[in-house]
Amino acid sequence: MPILEVSGLSKRFGTVEVLKGISFSLEKGHSLAIIGSSGSGKTTLLRCLNFLEKPDSGRITVQGETLFDAGDARTQAEQEIRKKRLNFGLVFQAFNLFPQYTVLKNITLARELLEKESKKTTGRAAVVKEIEAEALALLAQMGLTGKEKAYPHELSGGQQQRVAIARALALQPKILCFDEPTSALDPELTGEVLRVVRGLAQRKTTMVIVTHEMAFARDVADHVIFMDEGQVVEEGPPHQVFGSPKEERTRQFLARYSSEN
Amino acid sequence: MSTIVSRLVDSFGLNVQLFFLTLLFSLPLGLVIALCAMSRFKPLALVTKTFVWIIRGTPLMLQVIIIFFAPGLLDFGAPWGSGASARFTAATIAFIINYACYFSEIFRGGIQGVPLGQTEAGQVLGMTRTQIFFKVTLLQVIKRILPAMSNEVITLIKDTSLARIISIKEIIMMAQEYTAQGLIWPLFSTGIFFLVFVGLLTVLFARMEKKLDYFRV
Repeated sequence: MPILEVSGLSKRFGTVEVLKGISFSLEKGHSLAIIGSSGSGKTTLLRCLNFLEKPDSGRITVQGETLFDAGDARTQAEQEIRKKRLNFGLVFQAFNLFPQYTVLKNITLARELLEKESKKTTGRAAVVKEIEAEALALLAQMGLTGKEKAYPHELSGGQQQRVAIARALALQPKILCFDEPTSALDPELTGEVLRVVRGLAQRKTTMVIVTHEMAFARDVADHVIFMDEGQVVEEGPPHQVFGSPKEERTRQFLARYSSEN
Repeated sequence: MSTIVSRLVDSFGLNVQLFFLTLLFSLPLGLVIALCAMSRFKPLALVTKTFVWIIRGTPLMLQVIIIFFAPGLLDFGAPWGSGASARFTAATIAFIINYACYFSEIFRGGIQGVPLGQTEAGQVLGMTRTQIFFKVTLLQVIKRILPAMSNEVITLIKDTSLARIISIKEIIMMAQEYTAQGLIWPLFSTGIFFLVFVGLLTVLFARMEKKLDYFRV
């Protein structure tokens, strides 16, 4: 059974139909790359998965549990949505680290708040210690040992994005989403972020990656979806989508891309 | 002369009292008004914005007069009590409402100035709206609005003199009694009181800004 199943997802903003019945599924431990030109609906799709946008129709299922069903109001209660979001992690294009907190606090804050809510009074200090130890381990994994006391503005864009990845991982989401994680970075800084994502793929982290880095998508993803005008135009294993695309629109897109780069 | 000075000092106590009481209540009230003005419930936002327009659109001096006299004229009895304390209560309420409205606009600007990405980052990390506001947004808002707030707070201490319109014997009204007796220097000297007080405020705000210097927004 796939870990994630999306079916018939549609979303319109006013008169613009941004998503027109998107369906796909994702196996546990696999990484899915979503490619397509700007305005094709990739980001909106990720935002729907993370409940930052509410789809007009369609269904989102994780491990057999229906998290969202446009036809079922019970799946849309505000309180529920908060918990459901924790199935997913999201790494933003603009990092969106919290500027007033240290790197360590950025990573631990959400978990500490969740812990507080669970109303256990005993062993609070030990729990905080454990959360911090895990955060430090994540920082090491991101190649950022020694940066835990730094503030976001003291870091380069590439370092900030790696902290953002650690922050998302700290909540142990079932599916980690990336929204063009290197688009806001100087070219010389994209490598360090892509290396980290590649490492996550090797560790079999389930990921949905919206990206403009074609070589990276081809290399890392288990499955590729090409989107255009709110629809899935073509999907398949990377060697097929990149190597011998069946659809004319895919070919045109890839040709445009390789001529630009 | 020393009696004159000590009477001026005593009367400036009223200005300072009015200043602190206004701050104490108008800051939280201003935040509530700002949140109402930004409410997704349109009627509430509309009523709030109209209220802010009326308060910011009319002189504070007039508001002090209305708050003080209106209950009696409308036959509501004497909600402010009687005598000097009634006048001071009425003035304080007028000041609180007036400054809360000005503060609310500063708060609104500060809150809307925080990038939406900050809220969304909190949301995808499973935080509640309240947690996001207090743990993520608020400090960034405070940092952004400090310069505008210091302006407003400096204006407040000088505005407290308006309370004399309902015979509250604050420092300028006190000094004017001496002017009536042909003695002008007490009135001129009141400027020194305000200067020193504003000097302290300026130092205080500079410290707060420095304290929040450790991060960038």
